[in-house]
Amino acid sequence: MEYEIVVGMEIHAELLTNTKIFCSCPTKFGDPENTHTCPICLGMPGVLPVLNRDVVRYAVRAGLALNCKIANFSKMDRKNYFYPDLPKAYQTSQFDRPLCLGGTVDINVNGQTKPIGITRIHIEEDAGKLLHESTDGTLVDVNRCGVPLIEIVSEPDIRGPEEARIFAEKIRNTLEYTGVSDCKMEEGSIRFDVNVSVREKGTEKLGTRTEMKNLNSFRALERAIKYESKRQIIELKKGHPIIQETRKWDDVKGISSAMRSKEDAQDYRYFPEPDLVPITITDEEIKKAKSELPELPEAKKARYMAEYDLPEYDADLITSSKEMAQFFEETVKISNHPKQIANWLMVDIPAHLKEKELSISTIPFVPSDLAELIDLIQNGMISGKIAKFVMEKMFTEDGSPKEIVERNNWAQMQDEGELQTIIEKIVEDNPKSVSDISSGNKKAYGFLTGQVMKATKGKANPQLANKIIREVVAKKIN
Amino acid sequence: MSISNEEVTYVSKLARLRFNEEETKKMAKELGSVLDYVATLNEVDTSNIEPTEHILQVSNVFRDDVVGTPLSNQVALANAPDQENGCFKVPRVLD
Repeated sequence: MEYEIVVGMEIHAELLTNTKIFCSCPTKFGDPENTHTCPICLGMPGVLPVLNRDVVRYAVRAGLALNCKIANFSKMDRKNYFYPDLPKAYQTSQFDRPLCLGGTVDINVNGQTKPIGITRIHIEEDAGKLLHESTDGTLVDVNRCGVPLIEIVSEPDIRGPEEARIFAEKIRNTLEYTGVSDCKMEEGSIRFDVNVSVREKGTEKLGTRTEMKNLNSFRALERAIKYESKRQIIELKKGHPIIQETRKWDDVKGISSAMRSKEDAQDYRYFPEPDLVPITITDEEIKKAKSELPELPEAKKARYMAEYDLPEYDADLITSSKEMAQFFEETVKISNHPKQIANWLMVDIPAHLKEKELSISTIPFVPSDLAELIDLIQNGMISGKIAKFVMEKMFTEDGSPKEIVERNNWAQMQDEGELQTIIEKIVEDNPKSVSDISSGNKKAYGFLTGQVMKATKGKANPQLANKIIREVVAKKIN
Repeated sequence: MSISNEEVTYVSKLARLRFNEEETKKMAKELGSVLDYVATLNEVDTSNIEPTEHILQVSNVFRDDVVGTPLSNQVALANAPDQENGCFKVPRVLD
């Protein structure tokens, strides 16, 4: 029997506001514990929360970027539960009147476009952080409490681990592009929860689902869904029912295990938040917000293909991160060689970034440096091979590419006379190659070029060297 | 409207309250009569009345996104029954 994997996703993203959702405490990450608090986010009795204007602005922008309908009327609700990360014993969230409804996102799976439905997007506050470092208790840091979040809920339109990863990446990209969230997975500013179920292929009815929370990398997300769907299929084949539960994904062991079963399922007793008034947005305001949306990855990709003649693969990869796209655009403005720039950004630069544990935002040189490097190759100052060494130095040494070339004496030999002498000697020393060429084996040219490069330590201009080799060999044969 | 003892037990669990058997029975009876009283509202004809989404007629009360001065760590923890390393300390919970 063949099974189909069905996945729905809930994505929490912290918004890029300066202050919390209901108070003026800062949202900055990484400061000492409990230094971003006030009576409001500490949940003191008698305080009055006031909604941050920019939370609504950002959430509307996210909704529009994900093709949602923005609600003209929306309100906040209380979601009640007891847990020490929530001093008020309720989370201020949205229940039946979320800010955004019914969107759709197109993802690209094996060259095919597939729409994934967005059920809703609502605004809410983040909870605090629990630290388990104490020997006889749990420590609570309230700094994150009240940091604004959007929760994006998808329809169960996702089929399998790969689609889930692509969808998650697409959402991350969109939020990053629109400046709604910085989407730093390592800081938890974007978090993915997945609902996984399986069903017989061809059937309509959804199977019983399990939930896995806080998958903190795209790799973990993909692996967790792969593991969990396989586990469910094995259970079903054994004739065991799937239990609706929350499971914990252990990324080190690569397994999921039951965390909370339905037995103590939550009853949140939502009710309207009496301390906060409803949010109304007019059609004109929605229209204006729409007109202010920045260029989204899809549009950017299409433009790169049309304007810079980049292959789809390249355009896709470069627009997959806002910062990479920015680096590309700034470089191409200075040196109009889009394909070369794309190559550097797709191959050598990511390899160095990975090795040095950097990202494109912390790269130690600027777009004009990359432009200069490309111009050095274009002008014949250095070979493509030397350029790779220059790039390596650009990550570790000061100075522009030109300075690096000069400092290391890497400039190509432009002196034709000097090159001529070297080549004549090499041709003299390799009579077999000459006889190979004269009997029609053109491959021997490659060998000679290699010898020239060796003798000049890669500094010979390859075009010039080839030209001279051909001349010298021709003279020899005749 | 009658409330069963089981319902009382369930709701008290959600509210982190503990009642003995006698209290549970008493609570069931009293809550039932409260609900009966509130049920009087069902007699009102509301067919031509807009549902109330919120008790206030006001909307869109916002603040600007400007950082203020948060409490110092010491002040924030001043009322904490227990603390450690600048944090509130609570009985151990599992993640």
